[in-house]
Amino acid sequence: MIPYIPHTHNDVEEMLKVIGVSSINDLFGDIKTHHAPRSFQLPQGKSEFEVVEYLKKVAAKNRSNLIPFIGAGYYDHYIPSAISALVSRGEFYTAYTPYQPECSQGTLQALYEFQSSICTLTSMEAANASVYEGGTALYEAAMMAIRITKRPKIIMDSGVSPIYRKIIKSYTSNLNFEFQETPVIHGKADRASIERLCDKKTAAIIVQNPNFFGVMDDHSDIVEKAHSQGILVIQSVYPISLGLLKTPGEMGVDIATGDGQSLGLSLNFGGPYFGFMTTRKKYIRQMPGRIVGQTVDGQGRRCFVNTLQAREQHIRREKATSNICTNAALCALQGLIYLSLLGKEGIRELAELNFHKAEFMRRELEKIKWVVVKRSSATFNEFTVCLPQSASIVVEQMVDKGFAAGFPLGRYYKEMENYLLISVTEKRTKEEIIKYAQALNNILNG
Amino acid sequence: MDLIFEKSVTGVRGYMNPQLDVDIFSEFPQEYQRQKPSFLPELSELDVVRHFMQLSQRNFGVDTTFYPLGSCTMKYNPKFTERIAQMPSFTEMHPLLPQLKKADQLVQGSLEVLFELEKWLCEITGMDAYTMQPLAGAHGEMTGVMMMAAYHKAKGNKKKYIIVPDSSHGTNPATAAIVGYELISISSDKDGVMDLKELKKHLNSQIAGMMLTCPDTHGVFNVHIDEIAHLVHSMDGLMYYDGANLNAILGRCRPGDLGFDIVHVNIHKTFSTPHGGGGPGAGPVGVKKDLIPFLPVSRVIKKEDGSYRLNYDYPDSIGYISSFYGNFGILLRAYAYILLLGQEGLKQVSNHAVLNANYMKKRLEKYFKVAFDRICMHECVFSASQQAERGVHAIDIAKYLIDQGVHPPTVYFPLTVKESIMIEPTETESKSTMDRFIDLMIKADELSQTNPEMFHDLPKNMPISRPDEVKAAMDIDTNYFMKQS
Amino acid sequence: MDIQNDFFYTKEHEWVSIEDNIATVGISDYAQEALGDITFVELPHVEDEIEQFGQIASVESVKAASDIFSPISGKIIEVNTDLESQPGLINKSPYHKGWIAKIEVSDSEELSNLMNAEEYENFLESEG
Repeated sequence: MIPYIPHTHNDVEEMLKVIGVSSINDLFGDIKTHHAPRSFQLPQGKSEFEVVEYLKKVAAKNRSNLIPFIGAGYYDHYIPSAISALVSRGEFYTAYTPYQPECSQGTLQALYEFQSSICTLTSMEAANASVYEGGTALYEAAMMAIRITKRPKIIMDSGVSPIYRKIIKSYTSNLNFEFQETPVIHGKADRASIERLCDKKTAAIIVQNPNFFGVMDDHSDIVEKAHSQGILVIQSVYPISLGLLKTPGEMGVDIATGDGQSLGLSLNFGGPYFGFMTTRKKYIRQMPGRIVGQTVDGQGRRCFVNTLQAREQHIRREKATSNICTNAALCALQGLIYLSLLGKEGIRELAELNFHKAEFMRRELEKIKWVVVKRSSATFNEFTVCLPQSASIVVEQMVDKGFAAGFPLGRYYKEMENYLLISVTEKRTKEEIIKYAQALNNILNG
Repeated sequence: MDLIFEKSVTGVRGYMNPQLDVDIFSEFPQEYQRQKPSFLPELSELDVVRHFMQLSQRNFGVDTTFYPLGSCTMKYNPKFTERIAQMPSFTEMHPLLPQLKKADQLVQGSLEVLFELEKWLCEITGMDAYTMQPLAGAHGEMTGVMMMAAYHKAKGNKKKYIIVPDSSHGTNPATAAIVGYELISISSDKDGVMDLKELKKHLNSQIAGMMLTCPDTHGVFNVHIDEIAHLVHSMDGLMYYDGANLNAILGRCRPGDLGFDIVHVNIHKTFSTPHGGGGPGAGPVGVKKDLIPFLPVSRVIKKEDGSYRLNYDYPDSIGYISSFYGNFGILLRAYAYILLLGQEGLKQVSNHAVLNANYMKKRLEKYFKVAFDRICMHECVFSASQQAERGVHAIDIAKYLIDQGVHPPTVYFPLTVKESIMIEPTETESKSTMDRFIDLMIKADELSQTNPEMFHDLPKNMPISRPDEVKAAMDIDTNYFMKQS
Repeated sequence: MDIQNDFFYTKEHEWVSIEDNIATVGISDYAQEALGDITFVELPHVEDEIEQFGQIASVESVKAASDIFSPISGKIIEVNTDLESQPGLINKSPYHKGWIAKIEVSDSEELSNLMNAEEYENFLESEG
């Protein structure tokens, strides 16, 4: 018997007797013989020890010793140890959606603190308790803008992550919405093109800050013009940058979203992460996903509940704001603990470290004869360089030198075959940066 | 309990950043600087740890109490899967590595896990291929219905309607609507399964498909499944299997053999990955051969030399469903769980889940009205209608159970049963745990007769009593700093 | 259960009363009771043209949400903005202070599609 089933033979016999059947098979009478599986060929079970040993071998097929300079929206930041100690508490880890507030105050208060932390980080008024990840968050934001404005068109800047743009396009392929993309000029969203496309059908303009190329921008002017035409602005942000960077709230953005991976979550080959969504208070009823609110109990004590649930699928069914049910509560908790450990000063300092290290790297690469470093716009902790040959081939050669050298932009931008997107987090040391520059120099000269 | 922000002391640090070891060339440009700093809290590491430890103590979890929350499958989450999911060789992998030339050779272990898990899910559910990308059950539904639309579109007719039973989970109708379909809801018959006569009345050539759980939300296996599948297929509709209740039928039957064309699996239910207070989940979607061209990209393929790589070359694909390859860390735990249980273990899971639910149902049916008087599958639905007549509603019974240290069953779902109480014990609970719960339920029934007023003040033993939900919805406070400013 | 005598009712439990070709619309006592404490009302816009049985508003309580359909066609000339801050007026006074909108009636013949007080009372009984 597997170790997670506690019944003895006697227990089973007694229970069958109570039920009034003679065998467990009798309980499956509704499933007819012709329904039996045509095949059910799975391996025999193994002990925990054997499975752990086996999966250690599988894990060893991953070569995890490359020094990472790859980001593209997903970053190698240090994760303080207290986080895993806390999120692995069974009371958090093995609880479910807090349907019963009296025995879920831990999760509920944490999610309220999460919402508040995300709000103060982005200077926005209201946040939900997380969605799946950054890409789906941006899709939900686009749908939300369409609901608020009752208009069918979205303008997307190509500086928005190409991965996110692909997600939004696949999700809406059956719906009568229109998506128009505008180019990036000198590293930034092209104001003139955006302005040209804005019309009475436009629900929202989507931008990203820093954008996919790492370039920082102030979108206040876009917001101002958009609002004069009843158009909303959605901004996707990189939370670590907000330690220093002008916030979506300060720019007057209507909906801000992002991926929470950088807030204390492992890269984990793509997930689980969490997405966050924030907006203005007046739009809160159009926001999807769970929202936790503060209230009082019968004795007037502070407490927390899932609130504004009438937006959600379990009440509204086909008229809900989204079909989202389970989100990413445990990942949001990780993000909250991360932000609590870093605190107001820690996050600012961390953003500075990232900025200065990336600037140092830029200088180092500028020294290489064949590398053109784009200088026209300010970047945060990631920037593009133009190489004399295909970036993809250079990355391949850098693997042999022990580096994950960056993300070749040709993968998503056809005209950028020779461009490489390089990220530098606080974890990269001066020595690693210098070694990287040397390795790249050798490859380009070789 | 104080909020973490209220414990903040200016100048205290909970984490030290690494030293700046490079020369500073330029200051952060003024024009892009945030104008006001954030109000993130300032606490020492110990105070952060204590805050969250204390918060955790205000939660019930499967690790602390019996948690028979119907339809949610709150079974024990084995600890070893957590250990595996924390192996650095898995956690440190950047998701873009396999998209770089040659670098896919560096993530062969992770790709192998995805490939192998796909194979086992195909075998368990009788499907031909899977995508691992959907990040939760509802996300899987969306993926599945999008494929349904793509399938019909390729045949030149997108079609208009999706059928769901009235007992369905709210995500089904919500999903159909966001993908652009209109909904037809079919009522249940007296046995709790979809009413065939009603279904026949609503069938027409504009039916894109049907979304069904089986066993359904009433905990009943649909004995008309052959006929339903036949009827829907006769309209060139597709059968969509909502895998919420797959844990009841492992090794007994497979959705693929029952006539389903698309399946999603709630990994966090059947394959026992942690529910985490509401996610992260994972919701892989399996399809039959005809639908393979529409699967999202990327897909993991095995090359002739035995190595794995990502393939994006599927021109009819519905595209990207999430940024990468699914919630890898969750899928990995499920893979480990399947390896440990193996063929026999998986069968035992369903056997004992169904045994426990029927035992629970039989022991309680003298005290609570059963919604459907028949053998149930992995969960059983009662109605507290008799107790409600005495002034004690399902919610009151739930609060009584909380006070007695047990997480209550699901109440008021399914919506089709008045005062519903939906109990799913799961296979990991012992007879003695269930007996203690049964005693509490019997006691609750007795108290509903002798002292019904007592319930209205419950719970009394918890850190809080019943919250004022009207105030929460009227006097909206979802952000501490909004109130402060 | 309060039912107003001179009002007309829909099967979805909206009411309408007409005076000088101006219809006042709201939800019945039965409806407010079934919804419980109402926490939010989404009002229509003045000047909107509404069809009979077309959606005119929606109301939310803690555990339910319900779309409100107009008992009659016409142009909206006034909405009850008191409901924005006090949605509970619908619970306290469904037929008076809890009115939702006033409509300039375009076709009073449509009243024949509605129930009078007696018919509505019978309807409620038959619904159980």
